[in-house]
Amino acid sequence: MIRVILPHHLRTLAQVGSELQIDVQGPITQRSVLDAIEARYPMLRGTIRDQMTLQRRPFLRFFACEEDLSHEPPDTPLPDAVASGAEPLVILGAIAGG
Amino acid sequence: MSKVRVLVGTRKGAFILESDGKRENWDVSGPHFAGWEMYHLKGSPADPNRIYASQTSGWFGQIIQRSDDGGKTWHQPGTPPGEPPAPGPPKAASNKFVYDTSAETGKPLTTHQFYDGTQHPWEFKRVWHLEPSLTDPDVVYAGVEDAALFRSTDGGENWKELSGLRGHGTGPKWQPGAGGMCLHTIILDPSNPGRIFIAISAAGAFRTDDGGKTWKPINKGLYSQYIPDPRAEVGHCVHHVAMNPKRPGVLFMQKHWDVMRSDDAGDSWHEVSGNLPTDFGFVIDVHAHELETIYVVPIKSDGEHFVPDGKLRVYRSRTGGNEWEALTKGLPQSNCYVNVLRDAMAVDLLDKCGVYFGTSGGQVYASADAGDSWNPIVRDLPGVLSVEVQTLT
Repeated sequence: MIRVILPHHLRTLAQVGSELQIDVQGPITQRSVLDAIEARYPMLRGTIRDQMTLQRRPFLRFFACEEDLSHEPPDTPLPDAVASGAEPLVILGAIAGG
Repeated sequence: MSKVRVLVGTRKGAFILESDGKRENWDVSGPHFAGWEMYHLKGSPADPNRIYASQTSGWFGQIIQRSDDGGKTWHQPGTPPGEPPAPGPPKAASNKFVYDTSAETGKPLTTHQFYDGTQHPWEFKRVWHLEPSLTDPDVVYAGVEDAALFRSTDGGENWKELSGLRGHGTGPKWQPGAGGMCLHTIILDPSNPGRIFIAISAAGAFRTDDGGKTWKPINKGLYSQYIPDPRAEVGHCVHHVAMNPKRPGVLFMQKHWDVMRSDDAGDSWHEVSGNLPTDFGFVIDVHAHELETIYVVPIKSDGEHFVPDGKLRVYRSRTGGNEWEALTKGLPQSNCYVNVLRDAMAVDLLDKCGVYFGTSGGQVYASADAGDSWNPIVRDLPGVLSVEVQTLT
């Protein structure tokens, strides 16, 4: 089980609690985790990454294991601790504005 | 007895205000979609329980919401809440606004003018305005930024661009106004199902007579000093256009500067600013029953987006323009510096006609006597982006 923490507004949209636990098939990467999230919670399609280009939305960031993974290629394996479920993948809104 | 439902979009959620026909006591519900920018909500004339809403965010993008019970519950069209995933194509196409890039119609639609005059690709940002069909609750139009017109024929589940608008040839001359390059006004002609009027900041007004296949600019008579040719075919910053459905050929426009009128469905315009204290503004609307009675809220200038002299005044003309009277009873007449945005005024269909508007300061004012007097329904909402009214029987 992969653990994912969503920003507040996306939790509301998906009607989920503070942390998702989701099955992901195959290699554990940003792309495979986001594919699984969007398949299970289709109302989130387009809110984390563009529906056409699949690029991360510019004001969102991906953190895990105290590292900023936002600019990692989407098919790079996520840290072992995320793949094992020991640590969550954190998706959060960038701090912008006042 | 008749009821009135006021749909209010704000910078931090949506609110629904309901009253009986007296329009004295109001029930307020909300915030719906708390924390999100709610650019516009509008009910279907064919089914008042069907309401469409544009929920948007710089962080999370565009969401389309729909209610089928008058705003009590909401869902993303095609994605009922709590429904387990089903096999087949992924859902949530309701959030998907993809510009036409087909070889037949999309190919020439590549760029528009950017702020600095260079050409810039179209990039979808948000839905500014949702206009449900007059006859079919499943048909709804969306005006978007960067400016384009989309239509859904399945209750908002899927959207397709009416690309003839961008493709008619003047697209490279369109440019963004201060709020972005938005298609903000959509008017359906009840006497002619093929006729639609739209307006774009800063491109101007356009009309189709064949249901959206082909379009033409309708800006003759507009004069804008901020474009190289002040009388150009396109490039005008039209802020809003209003029409009384009982007289579809007559249009009223609040341009960046100038209040304008057309008596020939937009083929030509003439100025009716008359004795207004300033003819800059955003909103304009028409009385539901008196065809020559129109309303605007003058704003000081394009550099100072608030009402002049610290006084919130709606101006009413009973002569179709030129001669205006200030309506002040119940409105603050000192130390008031709010704005009223382009989609933030609406009228109901009751007798006497009710008029409603919302301010950047979060007040929603109502007049149950066609503007003679005003009362705030609510005073402290987030900044109001849009106001629409449903008259329910």
